[in-house]
Amino acid sequence: MISSSPSTSSPWSIDLLLRCWQRLAAAVAGGVLLLLVAYLIAESLPALMRIGPLALLTDPSWHPLEGSFALLPMVMASVGIALLAMALALPLGLAIALFLTVYAGRRLRAIYVAMLELLAGIPSVILGFWGLVALVPVIARWQAPGTSLLAAALVLALMITPTIALLSHLVLRQAAQTHALTTAALALSHYAHIFRVVLPVAMPALASTALLALGRALGETMVVLMVAGNVVQFPASLTTPVRSLTANIALEMAYARQEHRSALFVSGLVLLLVAGGLYFLIARLQRGDKEQAPVESAA
Amino acid sequence: MKRTAKRSLICLLPLTLALVACNRPAPPQEKLTITGSSTIAPLLVEIAQRYELQHPQLKIDVQSGGSARGIADTRQGNAHIGTVSRSPQADEQDLHWYGLARDGVGIIVNTANPVVSLSTRQIVDIYTGKLTDWAAITGKSAAISVVNKAEGRSTLEVFLRFFALRNSDIHAHVIIGDNQQGIKTVAGNAGAIGYVSIGSAEVAIKDGAAIKLLPVNGIDATIGNVANGSFPIARTLHLITTDTVDEQAQRFISYCLSASVHDLIESQYFVPVVH
Repeated sequence: MISSSPSTSSPWSIDLLLRCWQRLAAAVAGGVLLLLVAYLIAESLPALMRIGPLALLTDPSWHPLEGSFALLPMVMASVGIALLAMALALPLGLAIALFLTVYAGRRLRAIYVAMLELLAGIPSVILGFWGLVALVPVIARWQAPGTSLLAAALVLALMITPTIALLSHLVLRQAAQTHALTTAALALSHYAHIFRVVLPVAMPALASTALLALGRALGETMVVLMVAGNVVQFPASLTTPVRSLTANIALEMAYARQEHRSALFVSGLVLLLVAGGLYFLIARLQRGDKEQAPVESAA
Repeated sequence: MKRTAKRSLICLLPLTLALVACNRPAPPQEKLTITGSSTIAPLLVEIAQRYELQHPQLKIDVQSGGSARGIADTRQGNAHIGTVSRSPQADEQDLHWYGLARDGVGIIVNTANPVVSLSTRQIVDIYTGKLTDWAAITGKSAAISVVNKAEGRSTLEVFLRFFALRNSDIHAHVIIGDNQQGIKTVAGNAGAIGYVSIGSAEVAIKDGAAIKLLPVNGIDATIGNVANGSFPIARTLHLITTDTVDEQAQRFISYCLSASVHDLIESQYFVPVVH
């Protein structure tokens, strides 16, 4: 590293090449995103112009072929399913990560991590299928028809728990290792080690992990399509069948024409806005936390 | 529409490569354009792919856009062949109609449900939410779960037309996409009622799914009764042409009506029409 370094002398160096490549990659990634948003907006415009953004909120129901385009129930359903799934998966995933980091022995940890990786790798269509044939009938015995917000949130929670656990484990392990000597020297208890040192240090990275999981839950289509029931209505209770924005697109896009098709693109646009809004909100909360928190930060 | 787009993309790649590679003239290409019903389009894409393998000089372009578009395009000469997923109306006798396949829609319930038949009136009452418990029909109380199809699906269209309903009249508890999802939903819920393509239901029942098909107006919902025209909730999928048919199109139609595509028709859960 110190000896032969042409990059410091020549302007046409490997550094420059690397920089160009990185900039190109960044530009392509950003450009694709912009193009995508532009395309979404362009395809949504006919519906937005003809139906009007207000009608999307106030129409009594979603019957595109009869000229009725209510999107609000689906927005509520999407957010409701994702938040409930997060509420179930986050404590579970964090507990698993803490167990792996602090309590589990080396052998057990290796087996457990392999198991979680396997679970994280299961395609969502298989989880959805399992939900439909195994979980939904159980809920149906209690409250027909079984396909519901609860069913979707449960299967989604199962889907994102391994992701949260694995990513949190990485984050926590680093935090624990960094401060292992200090806590040992101070003879801190397990409790103090976890709650006073490891968790506060890892908090910002944990929040990013949660954000990633939330994005996955909001965007998941197959699971929700199969077990949520897909009836367009406000989620009045846990066992109400509901339709998410993603399921709406998947259900109807293949057969939709003209305004109906355009209205489905509006679904996609709204989903993007909802996801963006949630990210923004959480990012703000995170920043607020950091300003209040003690000076310590994760390296 | 999606398939055509994907196919044209796939076609575009070698085309571009060929253009880049040299200026050798391409082999003479004949093109057949088919437009119309979105129900028939997926089936015709399959048939066209098989036909193109045997006739490499021919390119068949299948577009959807509704039966009405099929009729208009055929009349105006924009398409060689049109596809229409209903019977001819009085003012459409100027066209030639060829029955390609039949599509039957059967009512299904869970095998645990003691019901053996439902009247048209009862089905309408169930789907509009006037009847919410099986007690009135079977004497055994159980909540009815109404399974409906997503807007735009052809089975929904056939169902609504037969029962003279509007989709907004229906009080659904579950909305499904394809037939398989409907079968799984009804098989997992003892109080559910749904409707699916009869072909797909028969296959599922043979494979042991916990569903049964109910007769309509006393006629059993079987592939045989759809084929012979006696089952009432059904329609014929047609190919149409004008009087002046191009020879190539005529040959393709004969191929579509021959027994060599029956496996493709059945794989889409339609019933071949025997000529």
